Amino acid sequence: MGTAYNSITFNQAKCDGCGDCMRACAQAKAGSEDLIHARIQILAREDAPVELAMCRQCGDPKCVSNCPAGALNKNPESGVIDWDANKCVNCLLCTVGCAYGGITFDAAVGHVSKCDGCDGDPACVKVCPTGALEYSTAGSLYRRISEREDLFVPGLSACQGCNSELLIRHTLRNVGSNVVVATPPGCIPGMGTVGYNGRTGTKVPVFHPLLTNTASMLAGLKKQYNRLGRDVTMLALAGDGGVGDVGFQSLSGAAERNEQQLFLCVDNEGYMNTGMQSSGSTPAGSWTSTTPVGEAMQGKRTDAKNMAKIMMMHNCEYVATASLAFMDDYYEKLDKALEASRRGFAYLHVYAPCPTGWRFPASDTIEVCRKQVETNFVTLWDFTPEQGLRFTRSVERPAPISVYLKQIGKYKHLDQAQVDHLQRRVEDQVRSLQAFTHMSAAG
Amino acid sequence: MNASKYLIVGSSHAALEAARAIRMQDDAGSITLISRDTHAPYSPTVLPYVVSGRSSADRVSLRTPDYFQAEAINRVTGQALTRLLPAEQAVELEDGQRWHYEKLLLATGATPVIPPVPGLDRIDYRVLRTLDDAIALRDAAGKAANAVVLGAGLVGMHGAENLAEAGIAVSVVEMQSQVLPGYFDAQAAELIRAAFDRQGVTMKMGRRAQRVEPQADGCRVHLDNGEVLNADLLLVGTGVRPVTDYCQGSGLDLDQGILVDDHMATNLPNIWAAGDVAQARDFYSDAKVVTGILPDAVEQGRIAGMAMVEDPALQPYRGGVPINTYTFYGQQAISVGISDTADTAAQVAVDFDAERGYFQKIILKDGRLQGISAINAALDPGILWQLILRRTDLSEVKAEFLAQPLETGRRLMSDTWR
Repeated sequence: MGTAYNSITFNQAKCDGCGDCMRACAQAKAGSEDLIHARIQILAREDAPVELAMCRQCGDPKCVSNCPAGALNKNPESGVIDWDANKCVNCLLCTVGCAYGGITFDAAVGHVSKCDGCDGDPACVKVCPTGALEYSTAGSLYRRISEREDLFVPGLSACQGCNSELLIRHTLRNVGSNVVVATPPGCIPGMGTVGYNGRTGTKVPVFHPLLTNTASMLAGLKKQYNRLGRDVTMLALAGDGGVGDVGFQSLSGAAERNEQQLFLCVDNEGYMNTGMQSSGSTPAGSWTSTTPVGEAMQGKRTDAKNMAKIMMMHNCEYVATASLAFMDDYYEKLDKALEASRRGFAYLHVYAPCPTGWRFPASDTIEVCRKQVETNFVTLWDFTPEQGLRFTRSVERPAPISVYLKQIGKYKHLDQAQVDHLQRRVEDQVRSLQAFTHMSAAG
Repeated sequence: MNASKYLIVGSSHAALEAARAIRMQDDAGSITLISRDTHAPYSPTVLPYVVSGRSSADRVSLRTPDYFQAEAINRVTGQALTRLLPAEQAVELEDGQRWHYEKLLLATGATPVIPPVPGLDRIDYRVLRTLDDAIALRDAAGKAANAVVLGAGLVGMHGAENLAEAGIAVSVVEMQSQVLPGYFDAQAAELIRAAFDRQGVTMKMGRRAQRVEPQADGCRVHLDNGEVLNADLLLVGTGVRPVTDYCQGSGLDLDQGILVDDHMATNLPNIWAAGDVAQARDFYSDAKVVTGILPDAVEQGRIAGMAMVEDPALQPYRGGVPINTYTFYGQQAISVGISDTADTAAQVAVDFDAERGYFQKIILKDGRLQGISAINAALDPGILWQLILRRTDLSEVKAEFLAQPLETGRRLMSDTWR
């Protein structure tokens, strides 16, 4: 079985080619200022994106397969391809196997050299001034989570490429079995979580409230469990309609009363389960079946409301936004939200691009998630009454919104004015949220 | 009868890579590896380093001791394959035991070609193909004073360097006018030959051993120009040929090796072949060739394994490209693709500096890379191999590529297939 590892990631759009990473690497690995020793090689040129050559620590490493001396091995613990100086015979066949320029002959030292990941603390990442290089710890998280039981049954019927299924499976693994799950009408019960043929789709208690009363039903259940002296987690897995439109009254009430529950909004920007109707979370310009594109109308005319911000204004115990392209960030927030839900109301807003309803290829879901964040269309932050709002990922140097929009069919018809409007909206939202970071505590 | 779902004959790169590919898709189906050799799996490529002492014979295994148990791969060692029984889906081994298979991979590799030199059969000469050969050569080198090496291919050249470094007077006899034909052109080969000259190795180019005569303490090698070389150690490195003796009467299509299609399948059902024993499509022509090189054995082994396990991600073989790396006296030689061409439509750019021992030759045709060979030039052979296989159009970056193949190659890689 394959497994996941932590890894160095490179965001070409953020790299300005300064070369600090190469200098840090040469210094760390050879104590030298000569960049020939750098095991990360960036290739900067005027008027062209910066390209990169370095070891990918491949899952099926050809350098290892090509080594006749058993000197290269993929370390099963760290995932790094380890090079054994005592076994290497300097034949260079590893360099034939590598299609990425990741293992190369260093004439100055007389043998091949490659990135060893600096034992999980890469020198290049630490000095990168633009955030183009990052060290992703999602791999070790996946490994940790994979050791826990999947509390949904196999065979949920989500659409191909749906990240909601990925999200809820990961979430429940982490929450554990001491839980009652509420799934109001939407894609999540629609894919079979509440059950079919007389059985539930989960291995834990689950129920199907109305769109309108999810938060209040959970509040009642929690009170009863408390009365019995049992500490049970109350978890809502709701769509954006069940959160911000029809479900808002009971949600707002529960937040205001600081009920002990974790309310998770899976935001796919509309009523995707019932035929892609528009919701309060649908961004301006979006095609939906109720905001069509034609002579009279060019998609939705009004902006989406920012539900996470609205929940923050309730001064909940914990509020956070998350994206599945940044799992390490999500897990950190899920842990905090779970902890907060023991004290009072915790709200997680996870953005969930929908291949079926938004019209993009099923294989692109995570990339769409990533572009949402990289363009600031979605910002990652969390809030507690003590800390106020804190960005968990920098909003500096975003890519233009067009990079995000062009991937998605529901925005295909947008004219420049509409794109400009969305760009302004993104910038306004960021400015508004930045203002909250300057306040010590909301109140 | 013994039975294994996947039966693999051989235990070097192609065999091991196939087993890995099979286990990726089928974690329960029985896999059995049969080998003539009794040692833990090793690569023939590492043998010169065992001779030189750079590698110790007990540390050259391609897999850790617990690998086969962990992957549930059964091993039968010390048994050569003697007969194929395709009608029964079975093979027969040296000692008569039979194995039934559902899928069979022949990765039996190659064995040294012994030239028909009169008298050779009466000499205790050395070859270098197995670990036992390497240990024997290493031991013989410890006692020898004069050595003759027949052949200036990779085995001969590595052998000559090792023996010379051990303080032995070495002569290399090569029929062709240059060393390492096929990987380097005459100019590059001359640079390599000169390095051996400087180290005191006598290079007899364009010479043929006419007969060999046993002596009390070795032998006497008579060359075609009348010269006579005395040797107490004779190393024969005149090439290898696929091991196919067990194929007789099986109905398997053979030429120089076992003929295979782009999924490494032979003409018989449920039998595949890969590595040095296989004869597969050439990249540059429709001919089928035995490439006999390590990276290709890995590639073919992986494809065969994926085909045997019906891996849906299987992509057909893209054709054999001659490719090699060769280090000699601390210098690095690399050859990817063709190293010479008679094609007048090809563009050839050579950068040569005998003083610095530097050589770089790039062959392009129709804006596509055909081959690059170099000595002491920093290059990424793996990237260049991909540029050839992908037939990447270099027309727009041609000047840049010719001036800086390393950087331009990396940039193309990062932009194209990262």
